[in-house]
Amino acid sequence: MYLSIICFPLLGFLISVGFGRFIGRRGAATLTTNFLLLSFLCSCVCFYEVGLCGSSCHFTLSPWFVCHLWDPNWGFLFDTLTSVMCVVVTSISSLVHLYSISYMGEDPHLCRFMSYLSLFTFFMLMLITGDNFIQMFLGWEGVGLASYLLINFWFTRLQANKSAIKAMLMNRIGDFGLALGVFVVYEVFQSVQFETVFACAPYLADTRIVFCGFDFHAYTLMGVLLFVGAVGKSAQLGLHTWLPDAMEGPTPVSALIHAATMVTAGVFLLGRCSPIYEYAPDALGVVAIVGALTAFFAATTGLVQNDLKRVIAYSTCSQLGYMVFACGLSQYTLGIFHLANHAFFKALLFLGAGSVIHAMSNEQDMRKLGGLAKILPLTYGGMFIGSLALVGFPFLAGFYSKDALLEVTFAHYSFTGDFAYFLGCASAFCTAYYSFRLISLTFLGQPNGSKRNYTDSHEAPLLLGLPLIILSVASVFVGFLGKDMMVGLGTSFWGNAVVSFSGHTTSLEAEYIPQSIKHLPFFLTVFGAGLGLTMNRPTFGSKSALKPKASKLPSLSHASYTFLNRRWLVDKVYNDWAGLPGLNFGYLVSFKALDKGILEAIGPSGIALSLPSFVSRLSFVQSGYVYHYAFVILLGCTLILTLFTLQHTLFVWLDLRLGLGLLLAMLGLFPKVII
Amino acid sequence: MSLIHSLNLSFFLFLLGLWGIYLNRKNLILVLMSIELMLLGINMSLLSFSISLDDLIGQMFALLVLTVAAAESAIGLAILVVFYRSGHSINVDYINLLRR
Repeated sequence: MYLSIICFPLLGFLISVGFGRFIGRRGAATLTTNFLLLSFLCSCVCFYEVGLCGSSCHFTLSPWFVCHLWDPNWGFLFDTLTSVMCVVVTSISSLVHLYSISYMGEDPHLCRFMSYLSLFTFFMLMLITGDNFIQMFLGWEGVGLASYLLINFWFTRLQANKSAIKAMLMNRIGDFGLALGVFVVYEVFQSVQFETVFACAPYLADTRIVFCGFDFHAYTLMGVLLFVGAVGKSAQLGLHTWLPDAMEGPTPVSALIHAATMVTAGVFLLGRCSPIYEYAPDALGVVAIVGALTAFFAATTGLVQNDLKRVIAYSTCSQLGYMVFACGLSQYTLGIFHLANHAFFKALLFLGAGSVIHAMSNEQDMRKLGGLAKILPLTYGGMFIGSLALVGFPFLAGFYSKDALLEVTFAHYSFTGDFAYFLGCASAFCTAYYSFRLISLTFLGQPNGSKRNYTDSHEAPLLLGLPLIILSVASVFVGFLGKDMMVGLGTSFWGNAVVSFSGHTTSLEAEYIPQSIKHLPFFLTVFGAGLGLTMNRPTFGSKSALKPKASKLPSLSHASYTFLNRRWLVDKVYNDWAGLPGLNFGYLVSFKALDKGILEAIGPSGIALSLPSFVSRLSFVQSGYVYHYAFVILLGCTLILTLFTLQHTLFVWLDLRLGLGLLLAMLGLFPKVII
Repeated sequence: MSLIHSLNLSFFLFLLGLWGIYLNRKNLILVLMSIELMLLGINMSLLSFSISLDDLIGQMFALLVLTVAAAESAIGLAILVVFYRSGHSINVDYINLLRR
């Protein structure tokens, strides 16, 4: 039954992609959705047995590569971490499947879409259930592949193609780091099985390893390299640029990628590798700082985005930053808990956004929406709940994970802890601001779009609305239900799935931090939410919103607005300083200068070009005059005699083969000079 | 007269023949004569070695070379005559037909 969690999506994918033509669009959609629901049911049983009853399950299906010490099997490990992830992934995925039936109902390629969704889910499940690094890597790459296919789903759109390539490439940079990390793991532990690696982790904690000529603490290196993988997949600062661009895919895809599956893989990796990270405090510091910076960066960028989906995308990025710095401060369980909560309300927000877009004839610009609360009450309610959960309003999902997370962060009493706390608080403020800016611009105020959009718009149909309702309920209750189980003091829920040293965790210290600090995020959130609601109503609630107002702003505000709106100019920096020089290098240096230059010159075309003229020049020696021939004969005889006589003195410093090679090289390099 | 002297003489004759071939730009007969001179030098050295080593084989070779030289000069002169008949000249400068 555990295996069927993984098999159902695969089966759905195979049938849908292979026989989609025969079972039809609705058939494929129904089939995959039902398979996903079955998978979700199995996951629930798995969660009950593994998580609640505490009987984790590990089985090996068959050998995969068996070679000496190299031992990855097709093995599946269902511990608490996996079971939590399974429930999250399959529940969100089945809701997204359900949602897609209606949302993508008019699309002629529904079969393909549903099959890709199932494929995505399958690879994600492969990632989280693998019992070794290699199988996890399979899922890791597979998720990247599926995201490529899904972002690129409307493959006739140029922008979608570019975004998909960008997503693939950015992920591939991270995957390279992950692969290196796995190599280091194998080098140190001589195994890639999780059980072996994590069981040996305490005993090899002092290992040092030479990497790129430098002597590193093996675990720190391992942790940093694995984290590079997580950076790529979880869109942390540095490799985050693909995530907002991934909005080019259909909205359910964004919901799947951003809420439950792909981006959470990085956090899952950190949680999974916690036994290694616990022995590598330096790597944890890197993780925490990068996570905190990401949270802050994405939150500030989200403030001024005008695209409905982009705002939510940056909020994902920001929340991932929270999860990652939680992991970086050894609060893996909090990170995973926030992941689970976040999955529900972020899926809710995305599906709500999809509903809005669906109702408004694919209008995504928030400046052209507004006043939708009366037309789309269900969506409005869903997105309002989602936003409240996102900003951590008390007693909703985000509150139990996010505020708890900030508390333990402050109680960490280290530089990274304080750093993460203050950036986290600033991000909480920004999160509240942009969430309610989104609500305000989209649902409140006056209509700003064209009349046609408004007269045509209608509330979501049942299949579109049902996932919203379910996710709204989940967003309200999941945090409360899961809190004591997952991050309560002294909970035995996690068992051995996640390791964190008692010295590193601060869940008890968090109870003793000053009240003001505890309340700070809440006040910041309320303040930010109020600001978001009030500031955007009068300014943007009227027709004047469409007019460019930037020119009226003072130059500093204008500059900062532009800076934030253009995402801290990271894309520009990447394009100008990495992309363009890279392409130029590829074309000018490695293609023109090396491949078509030097290698061609001393290779085929150089010889082919230089030889005829060289030979014709050589044929001038054939003058036809007898005395010339006689002279050459004389010269040759003399030369040979000289060489034979002086060979011992001559060949000491002249290697004939070397001379021949030099001659050939010169022939190729300077054809015109020689000839 | 020691071996060295006679060898010097033969070497000098040989070189003289060689130089004659490539320094001479005009006359084909001079080329043939130079070849004869080279063969003469070779004969000289063969005979000197034969005397010096007290071995008859050298003299046998010398006789052989003599006949070869005679035959060769006969054929060479014949070619020269044919060449003169076709080209009305025995100037070496005109014998560069081989080039094309």
